[in-house]
Amino acid sequence: MALEIIESCVSCHACLALCPSQAIIETRPHFLIDAGKCSGCLGDFADAQCAAICPIEGAILDEFGVAMNPPGSLTGIPPARRAAAQAEIAAR
Amino acid sequence: MIAPQAPRTAGCSAGSCGSSAGQMGGLSDKIRAKVQDHPCYSEDAHHYFARMHVAVAPACNIQCHYCNRKYDCANESRPGVVSELLTPDQAVKKTLAVAATIPQMSVLGIAGPGDPLANPARTFETFRQLALKAPDIKLCVSTNGLALPECVEELARHNIDHVTITINCIDPDVGAKIYPWIFWNNQRIHGRKAAAILIAQQQKGLEMLVAKGILVKVNSVLIPGVNDEHLKEVSKLVKAKGAFLHNVMPLIAEAAHGTFYGLMGQRSPRPDELKALQDACAGDMNMMRHCRQCRADAVGMLGEDRGDEFTLDKIEAMDIDYEAAMVVRAAFRAQAMAELEAKRRHKEKASQILRFQPRVAKPAGRPVLMAVAAKNGAVAAHFGHAKEFLVYEAAADGVKFVGHRKVEQYCAGNETCGDAESVLERSIHALAGCEVVLCSRIGIDPWRDLEAAGIQPNGEHAMEPVEDAVMVVWREMLAAGKLDFKPSAAKCA
Repeated sequence: MALEIIESCVSCHACLALCPSQAIIETRPHFLIDAGKCSGCLGDFADAQCAAICPIEGAILDEFGVAMNPPGSLTGIPPARRAAAQAEIAAR
Repeated sequence: MIAPQAPRTAGCSAGSCGSSAGQMGGLSDKIRAKVQDHPCYSEDAHHYFARMHVAVAPACNIQCHYCNRKYDCANESRPGVVSELLTPDQAVKKTLAVAATIPQMSVLGIAGPGDPLANPARTFETFRQLALKAPDIKLCVSTNGLALPECVEELARHNIDHVTITINCIDPDVGAKIYPWIFWNNQRIHGRKAAAILIAQQQKGLEMLVAKGILVKVNSVLIPGVNDEHLKEVSKLVKAKGAFLHNVMPLIAEAAHGTFYGLMGQRSPRPDELKALQDACAGDMNMMRHCRQCRADAVGMLGEDRGDEFTLDKIEAMDIDYEAAMVVRAAFRAQAMAELEAKRRHKEKASQILRFQPRVAKPAGRPVLMAVAAKNGAVAAHFGHAKEFLVYEAAADGVKFVGHRKVEQYCAGNETCGDAESVLERSIHALAGCEVVLCSRIGIDPWRDLEAAGIQPNGEHAMEPVEDAVMVVWREMLAAGKLDFKPSAAKCA
């Protein structure tokens, strides 16, 4: 049932106070989720709270390892557009 | 000419950023007393007093299209960017260290890098400790407003008497183009519905603060094609509700910043567009034109950042005697306030003299924008060394500060930021709309390129007070018959 925070996390603290299970671990280089504590907010909230406030696409995975906020879903930036801009900047 | 003897250090290079406009003009005495030593709220105070931001608030409860939450760059200077996050204890220590080192430091603000009120425990713990340990420092906070109504009581309890709310719109359809989502009642909410909630909370928070007697400044980001016309309505409404100052700032959007607007090609406003909008709003309310859009961990006078002197390891090594520092600070403050008061009285007197003059036919000569490479209120910087130019509008009735143009690149220039334009081309581009540039010295190449761009370089007023020099040049242009027609060469970029 446990969710996972991966390395794209920017340690913004937003999830920390929201977690009803105190499963978020404030650590470096980025925050982590204590899999033993995480309930995916089942029984507490309709949506997993960490994933509902996280501003970084792809930083939180569900129990199947799938990004809960896939690319483009939060910023509205089409992934192809972002990739093209990054390639263009790298070529300068 | 005698340079003004001010106890200032650095920062904005203007002598006075608003002589004939009188930004403080429309304020009551009570508000004036509250903001007279606040560099962000009072134009003339920013030459004497400094501010600092402590980055204790990383979390945010909304997403704005001009913000990228991943950003953390030492070379960037813009809101939302910081180098190191502080705990409340570290922030208090840093504040005391800065206040003891820089007696000009009058204001401590919490502005991010997220939203201060989305981090209530960290933000209010910082304020609580500072109110006790540094009673001579004013505390202020800026917010997107979403959590503001539930925080007003606590803000009042911590003696916060200045709050800035960023209000970019009052229409949810406009808001939907600026805010992709908010986090509200344990859910992420998207689109128009999200914008409607945010707008309602901002307006409610504004009303509650005003009712408590807490001063409210409204910040708006000017986004061409999205909220430019709309901001005139915003200005009217927030003034009607009691905000005392409106700060319209230009959107900063570059692809390298990784923001929605940057990547989607949304352009930033040109300086003339920003000025036109500020002028349009000025009829309704006090406008702020000296904002430098600083980082969420900036330290020092507006326009400078001394954050490097106060990193965590450096303040750890400092031994602070704050009792002794408060004595020094009080002495500095008394001296600065006396000078400010004298300046203000001089200005008032001058404006009274103007008022009693008989009205004559509309004075001859059109207004002219001039850029000045200034230092400490004088035409004292070499063209090529200036990091910013102050822009003044000269006309028959006087000289008015209208803004500043940065010429340094936003990023120090590694391969991921910056572009092919040369520094000189960038500078000339930044001066679009100005017909004259005054500086202490200038090289032959830039002189030629400026002339070719329709901007007249002028190095004849080195070390003279800025406003006197601008007025003299305007009168010379008038006498030479240059001011009865619209300029053709100095077109806006």
